[in-house]
Amino acid sequence: MMITDELVTYLEALGRIRLPEESRAKAQRDLQEILQYIDTLSELDTEGIEPLSHALPLTNVMREDEVQPSIPPEEVLANAPVRKDNYFLVPRSFE
Amino acid sequence: MNLETMTALELGAAIRKGEISAVEAAQFSLRQIETYDSRFSCFVTVQDDILQRAEEVQKRISAGEYTSPLAGVPMGIKDNMCQKGVQTSCGSRMLANFKPTYTATAVEEIMQAGAVPLGKLNMDEFAMGSTSETSWFGATKNPWNAECVPGGSSGGSAAAVAAGECFYALGSDTGGSIRQPASFCGVTGIKPTYGSVSRFGLVAYASSLDQIGPLARDAADCAAVLGEIMKRDVKDNTSVATQGVNLDAVLHYDVKGKKIGIPTDFFGDGLDKDVAATVQAAARQLESMGATVETFDMPIVKYAIPAYYIIAAAEASSNLSRYDGIKYGYRPEHVDDLLDLYTRSRSEGFGMEVKRRIMLGCFVLSSGYYDAYYRKALQAKSLIKAAFDRAFERYDLILGPVAPTTALKIGENLADPLKMYLGDIYTVMINLAGLPAASVPCGFDAKGMPVGMQLIGSYFHETDILGAAHAYQQVTDWHKRRPAGLDNL
Amino acid sequence: MYHTPAWETVMGLEVHVELSTKTKIFCSCTTAFGGEPNTHCCPICIGMPGVLPSLNRAVVEYATKAGLALNCEITRYNKFDRKNYFYPDLPKAYQISQLYLPICRNGGVEIEAEGGGRKVIGIHEIHMEEDAGKLVHDPATNATMVDYNRCGVPLIEIVSEPDFRSANEVIRYLEKLKAILQYIGVSDCKMQEGSLRADINLSVRPAGSEAFGTRTEMKNMNSFKAIGRAIAGESARQIHLLEHGGAVTQETRRWDDDKNESFAMRSKEDAQDYKYFPEPDLIPIEISEEVIEQTRRSLPELPEAKRRRYVSELGLSEYDAEQITASKALVALFEQNLAAGCPAKELANWIMGEVMHLLSESGKEPEDIPFDYGSLGALIGMVEKNEITRSTAKKVFKAVFEENCDPVEYVDQHNLKTVTDTGAVKTVIEEVIAANQKSVEEYKSGKEKALQYLIGQSMRALRGKADPQTVTAILRELLGA
Repeated sequence: MMITDELVTYLEALGRIRLPEESRAKAQRDLQEILQYIDTLSELDTEGIEPLSHALPLTNVMREDEVQPSIPPEEVLANAPVRKDNYFLVPRSFE
Repeated sequence: MNLETMTALELGAAIRKGEISAVEAAQFSLRQIETYDSRFSCFVTVQDDILQRAEEVQKRISAGEYTSPLAGVPMGIKDNMCQKGVQTSCGSRMLANFKPTYTATAVEEIMQAGAVPLGKLNMDEFAMGSTSETSWFGATKNPWNAECVPGGSSGGSAAAVAAGECFYALGSDTGGSIRQPASFCGVTGIKPTYGSVSRFGLVAYASSLDQIGPLARDAADCAAVLGEIMKRDVKDNTSVATQGVNLDAVLHYDVKGKKIGIPTDFFGDGLDKDVAATVQAAARQLESMGATVETFDMPIVKYAIPAYYIIAAAEASSNLSRYDGIKYGYRPEHVDDLLDLYTRSRSEGFGMEVKRRIMLGCFVLSSGYYDAYYRKALQAKSLIKAAFDRAFERYDLILGPVAPTTALKIGENLADPLKMYLGDIYTVMINLAGLPAASVPCGFDAKGMPVGMQLIGSYFHETDILGAAHAYQQVTDWHKRRPAGLDNL
Repeated sequence: MYHTPAWETVMGLEVHVELSTKTKIFCSCTTAFGGEPNTHCCPICIGMPGVLPSLNRAVVEYATKAGLALNCEITRYNKFDRKNYFYPDLPKAYQISQLYLPICRNGGVEIEAEGGGRKVIGIHEIHMEEDAGKLVHDPATNATMVDYNRCGVPLIEIVSEPDFRSANEVIRYLEKLKAILQYIGVSDCKMQEGSLRADINLSVRPAGSEAFGTRTEMKNMNSFKAIGRAIAGESARQIHLLEHGGAVTQETRRWDDDKNESFAMRSKEDAQDYKYFPEPDLIPIEISEEVIEQTRRSLPELPEAKRRRYVSELGLSEYDAEQITASKALVALFEQNLAAGCPAKELANWIMGEVMHLLSESGKEPEDIPFDYGSLGALIGMVEKNEITRSTAKKVFKAVFEENCDPVEYVDQHNLKTVTDTGAVKTVIEEVIAANQKSVEEYKSGKEKALQYLIGQSMRALRGKADPQTVTAILRELLGA
């Protein structure tokens, strides 16, 4: 698998991050190196093996449908970098 | 009474006997922090209410409300566990000013036991790293040699215990983040079975692998801490009810007749010969105490790191998406539009290693690659678990090194991420399988840096791991050694 | 006249329904509609660092009910996945949903097909997921304000097969869904409050062709009328494109009901790659055969079964049965009065006639019928016992509908009872005859029309309280005809 410059750009877009120009080339090499190593996994024969998401075989842990008090808006917005009244505020996001 | 060398349990007993007060103990720890933290940078935040808390705890101990063997003992908390009103920054600029309005269940539990928290301990940014160098607040140094890293990601926790700045600490372990720094700093640390300690309030790195555990001066202290925090929590859907850890059983554990297996694949290329020799010596020691030790093959080992980095990076890329500059966390002054808000908040708020893992995670999950990478990794995880299940049909414990080397020089691996990842070879597969494993001091390399052995148990067999470790520590004193030059300042 | 080749419109629906559980799907905050901004929130539903979801049992129960009511197979072993995308209304930047193993699959709903007959709309799957927050534009700052109250309200997404061929089919299907989900009590399905929202996937193809055309998606349609117009508008747009050598591009479009046309939505700058993967914070759900059977038994009689029973046992017309069973409220009105002994057909006639008439006249939904259901039965009862005439009954019902008064009292107060005492009627008619000798003469000289006039006069004199037959009979008798 080749890590092209286009792919790096695509991954930046997916992750909503931008690499600093100066470290971009190195980041690309590092990713390439890591991916080459990770690709050794393809040697492993996993024919017919069920993927395992949870190490322990738990099922059906659920909560009863009982209302608990919410927290006051002051706490909801306590860490908000920008707010207006009791709303979080973001740049215009409507067509 | 020499507080420098006292264990948490010894201090707890002295406090209950009234030989020393919780307040005096807290004052001692504060002096230690003043003396050493400028050298080792273990703490990101030192709480300002320590003495008030100590007084209150002392009252409740005297009133017989706090009966835990750890009541009144000063401790530290890794900076990725939420504590109401206390800065919880995960070693990241992103959360440098974040003060949660809630407290992690594990922290609640240890507070219920009368713990006196000193503050938040430094770590690799969002627990991504094995050196504690990726912290926005600067690198933590290894008390055994300030030019070396303490390991990571719970480097601050391990170093603080080694430097005597706190009597024990809570850390978290996703791919070795408790065990490797414990090994590098010569302290005892254990990652319990996945699901046995609630993850609620632990800022997520890789949800299916993260687990909270203690770092302390010996195995008995670790058992005491686990005794308090291993509880089922309705707030964590993946948490399970366990019998916890029986401190008494740990203190009276006999390794005679126990079967210990050593995977030959843990001793292949890349393992430092001093480390190999030291760990093998530890195995012989356990043998001489009556355990039977034999080797076995575990070829799946070589696939552990690829599988781990795929799964961890994938989950991390999703878990860290919530840091968008809207609800909390870093946000640049002026933003043009929504995309600019996202991209600049995250680009300026996250460091390089975090960005690298987010990109890797986005890649392995992106359409067209999911099956080849993420699904494949989950299949490898399944095979790794099966390999351990088979091994534990034959053995009570599995023994091996924690890391291929001892603590490296600061900066040595920073430029080479892959080299750093390879250092996790013996630890990550334990997280993939969800098993409990400890790092136990078992000697030093030629440079005088500590070496830890890894003791791995079957699911919920923390008592066997810590029991064997305690028995070992009854006949060895590696865990009692302290870094030179701590007292003669 | 310009002649177009026949095109066929093909549609599939994704319907989001908010479940009426007390608490949110992954935390214990209330699901109550409205509320001051960010007052129905907690660290979990606003995605604070380190918090974890804890699954609400009722959501799984409601989703199972819905699946069974919509004839689905329940997935014994199902689990949650993460759908990752950045948007301000989604605080975790991922929505916990179900991709790989949704809770229900392979169901269907029967509707009246375009051009008569019945037709089954296939349901591909139903999955559980969480709702997002609300974005409010703030003209003052020209920024967007975010309110997370709706965040984490439980949803089921009902994904149909592309089985729709007309707007009527779509609307009938939605009405049927609404009725079923209301019957089994899993959702109030209030479109105006957004608790039922439909995304329409629409493509067109030359009539008779097998292959599907390129489709567009229109999101969050929340009124039947808008849906009808949107479908007409979008089909026309696609047909026009294709007829003029253009091509349809697969995209999401927003229907602007005021401008009566659809617009391509600005793709949120990002490559749409949702990077789905299994949710590591939630363990799988296993639903046993027993639980499924219990749930099945607990379901009430559903619209389809009722419809058939109304026709076969109560002799209602297909149309009346369909219309009444399409609304939980109308069924309640019908069955309560039926139980009180009201004759089924008469009752159905009143509901389909007067009730529907006054509802549409006052722009009300059946859910907000303003009078005590019992009143309708009482009224019909009086007609049956000839206590009032049909025309009186209609007047009385108007009053009942408008003031929710008791029909029996109303009839007494305004003394509208039919005069049954023929003696009294006779007296009145004799007066009419005396006062209209001219007409009497005309009648006697053979002018039938004069009799009609006299009947009219008598009825007026009796203020409509006698039935015309009696009056006619008495007149003829008195006029010795």
